[in-house]
Amino acid sequence: MLLSCYVFPHQSARVLELHLLSSPSFLHHGDTHVMDNTDIHCVPNTLMIVGLASMGINYFASRICQDALDPGRFPRWKTFLKPYFGCSVFFTTLMLISVILSYAMKGSLETSLKIGLKNGIRFYKDTDTPGRCFQKQTIDHLQMEFQCCGNNDYKDWFEVQWISNRYLDFSSKEVKDCIKSNVDGRYLVDGVPFSCCNPSSPRPCIQYKITNNTAHYNYDHQTEELNIFIRGCREALVNYYMGLMNTIGAVVLSVFLLQSSVLASVRLLQTSMEAVAGQENVEIETEGYLLEKGVKETFMEYVDPVLKLLLLNQVTPPEAKPEAGATGTTTTTS
Amino acid sequence: MVLLKMKFPFQKRVRLAQGLWLLSWVAMFSGAITFAMGVFLKTELHRRSEVMHSMDIHIVPNLLMAVGLASVGINICAGKVCQDSLDPSRFPRWKTFLPPFFCFSVFLTSLLLVAMILSFALQPSLEESLKIGLKNGISFYKDTDTPGRCFQKETIDRLQIEFQCCGNTNYRDWFEVQWISNRYLDFTSKEVKDRVRSNVDGRYLLDGVPFSCCNPASPRPCIQYSLRDNSVHYNYEYQTEELNLYSRGCRQALVSYYMGLMNTIGPCVLFDFLLQMAILVSLRYLQTAMEGVIGQENVEIETEGYILEKGVKETLLETKEKVKRLLQLAQVGDASSTTPGTQPEEEKPATA
Repeated sequence: MLLSCYVFPHQSARVLELHLLSSPSFLHHGDTHVMDNTDIHCVPNTLMIVGLASMGINYFASRICQDALDPGRFPRWKTFLKPYFGCSVFFTTLMLISVILSYAMKGSLETSLKIGLKNGIRFYKDTDTPGRCFQKQTIDHLQMEFQCCGNNDYKDWFEVQWISNRYLDFSSKEVKDCIKSNVDGRYLVDGVPFSCCNPSSPRPCIQYKITNNTAHYNYDHQTEELNIFIRGCREALVNYYMGLMNTIGAVVLSVFLLQSSVLASVRLLQTSMEAVAGQENVEIETEGYLLEKGVKETFMEYVDPVLKLLLLNQVTPPEAKPEAGATGTTTTTS
Repeated sequence: MVLLKMKFPFQKRVRLAQGLWLLSWVAMFSGAITFAMGVFLKTELHRRSEVMHSMDIHIVPNLLMAVGLASVGINICAGKVCQDSLDPSRFPRWKTFLPPFFCFSVFLTSLLLVAMILSFALQPSLEESLKIGLKNGISFYKDTDTPGRCFQKETIDRLQIEFQCCGNTNYRDWFEVQWISNRYLDFTSKEVKDRVRSNVDGRYLLDGVPFSCCNPASPRPCIQYSLRDNSVHYNYEYQTEELNLYSRGCRQALVSYYMGLMNTIGPCVLFDFLLQMAILVSLRYLQTAMEGVIGQENVEIETEGYILEKGVKETLLETKEKVKRLLQLAQVGDASSTTPGTQPEEEKPATA
């Protein structure tokens, strides 16, 4: 058990490293521009907090272990241990909650990406509008890196005008026809940006007139698979993040189990050492236990001081004191 | 004439041994890092081996890996020697081992310097190798149906996207080769026939580039075809257009990348070299100082340490004689195992 006391602080340091490396850096990959809200950020934030806290928890656990073998030095930890265990159990359950959250928030992530990508595609042409001028570069880099095209698939590009009016010759017949055929007067084409092109294709990329088989020699758009990326960027990004969270989830679960066993062992050590304190012969056999009373009573014991603190903060008039006492008991029994 | 003599009282000897033991651990890690850097450089070179014509440059990471591994071994031995040097009864067993150990270690450590010099000296060779490799890649871009060349297109496309470059020297290299395969050309169309006829070799050349040359930082959608024709595109002037395609050539991009890598690795290798030389010099001092102690009753006497017993020239001559004698013994040994009558004839080439 002593060896474990020395190993665990190193373990938690490594875990912290993993959290810091994996969590925010991937989310802030520039993909925050394609996320509508940042709810999902609570997962890496929780992991970072828990990682830092577990470093502190394990440091104290190792100090307690060191002092446990010396009955003269152990009693100084007496008042510290109760709040220590309360905090540790809280942070350890937070670890578990963060893993559950990472799966529960998949839907929120998907919606956020859907809206973010829709906006990105709409503002693709606005490279001269401040605040939107980097959308084109972001979407291009995203499509090239994740090997995807559009929101659901490449057809999303057919529904927006992604070529700016600055580069359209309004005196040409072709442009005028295209705009007139549209209710909103937008220049819609059955073409996609170059970043949708698939390098694995055996033929040079066909970006424009994708649905027109006659415009290109030896081309059938229904059977052509390799020309542009088929996947939508929303699906690609969700898969990527879910993959990340699966890996991290497995690691965090194992750290959670490790941490729980450390806490349980320290608790057993503490309770068995308490029987030794004050005895002359330190080599006697003692009993250790996890909880002195049952789970519910122990929980009440922890919660009562917190509640009393909260109730005390609400200033009570002297005649309302028995009522405060009555409400105090009613809250504990509810 | 002793080279660089120093006096070593007992305490100084002990401190030298202890300090050297610690330093040998540091040097061991440093050697491991050198090995790791060699592996990294080799993998990076190997990743782009499809656009490299020759493998001359691979000698640099190979040297780094070999020396890195060897220095781990050298430093482990040095550590053991230090441990034993504080015990005069255990030290004599290293007596015969140490001189060849020093020669071997000095040779390997100097290889580190050689690797560093080579990494700069081989830059023209790397550039030439990339020039030929990229030229081939661009020529075979269209041959996605020819076995052995079918991945050139994907390689060149991914290279241009990743290193943000276009063509060999610049994007105009694409105007000189046919990069669209005949499979996708409609030979009944007038345009295709005109282009093919205008060319001596009957190649379909156009002033266009593949999509992988497109620069995402451009404010306008990418213009790939008819690059030289201002009238085809609205509000476009090819002489002033800068952001549309990548302006750098892939050869320059790759050379810059590899030179950057080697410039980063260079100082680390230099540090490792200096550390290793310091350890070898200190170990030599320790060895010679301990040799004065061996056989003495009082082990705490003050002894002298030196690097070379005689001067540099005399030591070189001595080693040359020793090696000659070893070679002669080896040859005489072979001769005596056959017939004794041939012995005088065997000695003649040895003395020549």
